[in-house]
Amino acid sequence: MPNNSYMLSVSELSFERYFDRVFEPVSFELAAGSLLLVTGSNGCGKTTMLRVLAGLLEPSEGKIHCQEQPLYAGHNPAIKDDLSVEENIMFWMNFMGTRESVRDKELCKRVIREIGLTPVTLQEGRTLSAGQRKRCSLARLLFCDEALWLLDEPYSNLDREGIVMLDGIVRNHLESGGACIMTTHGSLRPEGFELQECHLVSGRERYAGAAA
Amino acid sequence: MNPIVLFFHKTGSPPWFYRFSGYLIPWLWAIFLVITAIALYLGFFHAPVDYQQGATVRIMYLHVPAAWMSMMIYGLMAIMGFIALVWRIRIMEVLVIASAPVGAAFTMMALMTGSLWGRPMWGTYWVWDARLTSELVLLFLYFGVIALYNSFDEPRKAARAASLMSIVGAINLPIIYFSVEWWNTLHQGSSFGGDGPGIHPDMLLPLLLMAISTKFFYGANLLSRARLILLKQDHRKRWVQDLLSQEKH
Amino acid sequence: MSKQATGTAFGALLRRDFLLAYRRRAELLQPLVFLMVVTTLFPLGVGPSPQLLANIAPGVIWIAALLASVLSLDSLFRSDFEDGTLEQMVLSGQSLALIALARIVAHWLVAGLPIVLLSPLLAMWMNLPDEGLPILIESLVIGTPILSLIGAIGGALTVSLKRGGQLLSLLVFPLYVPLLILATSAVGAAVVDLPYTGQLGLMVSGLIVALTLAPFATAAALKLSLS
Repeated sequence: MPNNSYMLSVSELSFERYFDRVFEPVSFELAAGSLLLVTGSNGCGKTTMLRVLAGLLEPSEGKIHCQEQPLYAGHNPAIKDDLSVEENIMFWMNFMGTRESVRDKELCKRVIREIGLTPVTLQEGRTLSAGQRKRCSLARLLFCDEALWLLDEPYSNLDREGIVMLDGIVRNHLESGGACIMTTHGSLRPEGFELQECHLVSGRERYAGAAA
Repeated sequence: MNPIVLFFHKTGSPPWFYRFSGYLIPWLWAIFLVITAIALYLGFFHAPVDYQQGATVRIMYLHVPAAWMSMMIYGLMAIMGFIALVWRIRIMEVLVIASAPVGAAFTMMALMTGSLWGRPMWGTYWVWDARLTSELVLLFLYFGVIALYNSFDEPRKAARAASLMSIVGAINLPIIYFSVEWWNTLHQGSSFGGDGPGIHPDMLLPLLLMAISTKFFYGANLLSRARLILLKQDHRKRWVQDLLSQEKH
Repeated sequence: MSKQATGTAFGALLRRDFLLAYRRRAELLQPLVFLMVVTTLFPLGVGPSPQLLANIAPGVIWIAALLASVLSLDSLFRSDFEDGTLEQMVLSGQSLALIALARIVAHWLVAGLPIVLLSPLLAMWMNLPDEGLPILIESLVIGTPILSLIGAIGGALTVSLKRGGQLLSLLVFPLYVPLLILATSAVGAAVVDLPYTGQLGLMVSGLIVALTLAPFATAAALKLSLS
């Protein structure tokens, strides 16, 4: 039953592809200030589930009750190769940031400083390393004010400073009443947080033993 | 749950649809054969010959219904496609995909019979007259939908893309038809077929009967294809496994 | 969540698209070169007889414009689709139809307008009589946006396919038939001093219909491609 105190509540959610469930139905509730970790083996549908929660995919089973549109940071960093870091971030600030962030060059510089990309501010997207791209894609966490974050493998490609930076950003967000759902396939986990966990089971595992 | 919702829910279930259409199909074929036999008998032995075209006018009984069906099926694909997209009903998606080859076949039939019909009159197998040109463009629209469907890996996404394309095509279809008609009058193409000084009632009846019988052909063909598609798509599911093991015994 | 004002987002998108087009300005020339090459193939293929060329000029120029337009349509959404920009735009809460329209407008300014500007050259090569040139330009001004609008639907449907380009042509050419017929008839009529305003008027109403409907169809196709 949808409960108003929860930011997100999910009941028997599943998604089908090729007429098979990608992952077995899951249910959970997420309150403000919580961090949910979605775990599971490679290919068990973590990205798919996140995309369903974001609204890019329609669930084939179950219900989602969400208070507002979440912020989604997926595998693709949404960076244009031909634009500089600053131009990329300015565009997103003007396109989907808060009303106050429009054309705010100062805010843009602060965001770039916070994600640690000041040395490459004017460099084109194509010259960035994988880790730098990841940092750039996480910039949107700093100028959008959505309460619920959906982060798909946010620690991948980040170096140690990057991991600490991300932990700090997420901690701030949780402390100010936001919530976050992260996926990980195991090795990289957020340290020092109180975690809720949701383990996804791949739908295809059901057929592992079935006769051909 | 009110009965209408229950009905849609039921028809949406593949095993139910499979069984239900299994009962229906033989009847549809039977009706198609009977009406076609009557229509062709009337058309070939009873109806008069055209004073201009002679016996070749009899191709009209194949050409005109085929052309009508080619357009009607595209329209139906658009309607079913709309339902499939808005309400995400899987059986509608299957029906859209199953209709496309049937519609394309009717279009090709209209083109070939039209070409044969014109040969004695024009001396060539092809003229760019309004109807043939429109049918050709319609054939390309069909090919587009079919090709689009085949390009996607995931079947439901493929069916939804094909549905959207058929809606877009169906909206454009009248525009295409009228513009080709107009283009034809501009360039003095030769036109033929039933638009002359009123059609003889003895010719009208077989024509209408054929028009009706082709719909039964479409229905039977459509349901057969839809069943096959469902079997293929659900081949790992319980109901298909059960069905196949029943067949073995 | 306080959403950005629609006008601001629309403007930001247009500015970004112009910036991107400017950064890759060498590539913008490709469809134009194609347009010129295709047009020159005709005299080479059918012989340089001035009367023959003049007769087929409206059709040839319009078909070449059609082909050049379709060439540039495949990349309309592809880059944004592949780097994740498109899904962020879908999630931003802005109207997807408006986003699609912004892309189409930018595409036309960068790919369609040059065709219009190049048309006097093509008209000269194809020996189009002088009376036809103003109408040719008018027909292109009205028609090339329609090419972009309808083509965007095809581009959006095929953007998630690896080799979407060929399929795009197949999907979109039948839809272009009415436009081709009206435009070439208008130019042909102008050349022999027959009325042509009817055809142009129909094209304008077609443009208005396309402007209202195509962005929504494109938006639906984009959402579909992302799923």
